[in-house]
Amino acid sequence: MNIFLAFIIITVMGLLLGVGLAFAAKKLAVAKDQKQIDIENVLPGANCGGCGYPGCSGYAEACANGECALNLCAPGGSEVAKKVGEIMGQSVDVSEKRKVAYVFCDGDCDKTQKDFDYEGITDCNAAALMFGGDFACKEGCLQLGSCINVCPVDAISKKENGHIEVDPKLCISCGKCVDICPHNVIKLIDEDSEYVVKCNNHDSGAKVRKVCEVGCIGCGICVRKFPESGCSMDGFLSVYDNSKPHSQIEEAANACPKKCIVKRI
Amino acid sequence: MTYIAILITYIFISNFILVQFLGMCPFIGVSKSSESALGMGMAVTFVTSIASVVCWSVYQFLLLPFELEYLRTVAFILVIASLVQLVELVIRKISPPLYKALGIFLPLITTNCAVLGIAIINIDENYGCLESFFGGLAAGLGFTLAIVLMSNIREKLDLAPVRRSFKGVPIAFVSAGLMALAFMAFDKSLLMNLHLV
Repeated sequence: MNIFLAFIIITVMGLLLGVGLAFAAKKLAVAKDQKQIDIENVLPGANCGGCGYPGCSGYAEACANGECALNLCAPGGSEVAKKVGEIMGQSVDVSEKRKVAYVFCDGDCDKTQKDFDYEGITDCNAAALMFGGDFACKEGCLQLGSCINVCPVDAISKKENGHIEVDPKLCISCGKCVDICPHNVIKLIDEDSEYVVKCNNHDSGAKVRKVCEVGCIGCGICVRKFPESGCSMDGFLSVYDNSKPHSQIEEAANACPKKCIVKRI
Repeated sequence: MTYIAILITYIFISNFILVQFLGMCPFIGVSKSSESALGMGMAVTFVTSIASVVCWSVYQFLLLPFELEYLRTVAFILVIASLVQLVELVIRKISPPLYKALGIFLPLITTNCAVLGIAIINIDENYGCLESFFGGLAAGLGFTLAIVLMSNIREKLDLAPVRRSFKGVPIAFVSAGLMALAFMAFDKSLLMNLHLV
């Protein structure tokens, strides 16, 4: 008898509280701004947080209140920015190109020297705390895949030999992988960037040569011999910029002694 | 007099975080800036005060008459969860500024064990209705005190030269341990010295 009483009391209590809450939610509902609802419908709904607001509804609210720029939604790109602009009755600057994340490292267990064997937890930031990781190159990809875990759209995957790759078609350029990478190997580049210098090591040539077969040694051939290559030097690292004139980049890629200028598309 | 004794007991002597280790999750999670720590503390104080009274009523008028004392944990969780949701709805309707300050923290408190903890302690100590309210208030104030102190320490720690392996949460845990040690200085003799017992 007692067990039935217990069952009934808890059930009735739960029912009453549930119905009461549902009723209260209806009764106490706060009317949302119509603009905010419209914007929320236009946004992709990935809730990636790339705009800096908590989810798409947070960004929609900020937009509707006029607190922020209207073109911050990276996954939606120019199309969504235009639509948001229409809702808000403003013209939006949509000239910016779509960006995708890219892993600036071509090293792996065969090409890159190792300092020691890492047997800790599978997390790049944990590994980076141990003398900057097991690879002798302290600015390269750690290949433990912390970026894979944070990617909201599963665009990042591990290929053979541990290479981490971002699928440019799936990438929504939210920048989460860029933030989590302890060595800043992942950067955002223009989607239509044809070539890329696939290295992140800023050390001088002699040091890079010792630790990796495919690292940029900072010889500067791409910059000096091919002024129209679109490359520039950042310390001992060549950086390719797609927005500069780059008619000679193919020749520069062929002339690169380490072959670290790679064709992307 | 007993009310003052209850306040001092749960703020200092049996501080919920630093002595009883209840509600540790927001203590580490929301203590990065003093502003949000204060918001969280206010929200917890608010909820523990109300939940204490409501849970006490549920126990006295529903569970005791039917001899269902053993169901108190389930019943209390049910009541607290709905209560927090209701409070959130009401605040959002009545006072948007207060909702901005407390709103995001309220859902976090739904299953905070400090709230359930004080509800059960009230029953175990045989408190009356008003005493339960003061118990809840004191638990919340003690929580606020601990989390605000912690957030101030953590703000200072951000600028301090901490070893890389200790940066962030590890050094926060070490500081929390030292704070707990300091709070051990408060014990029952405090009540006696103040002539409250």
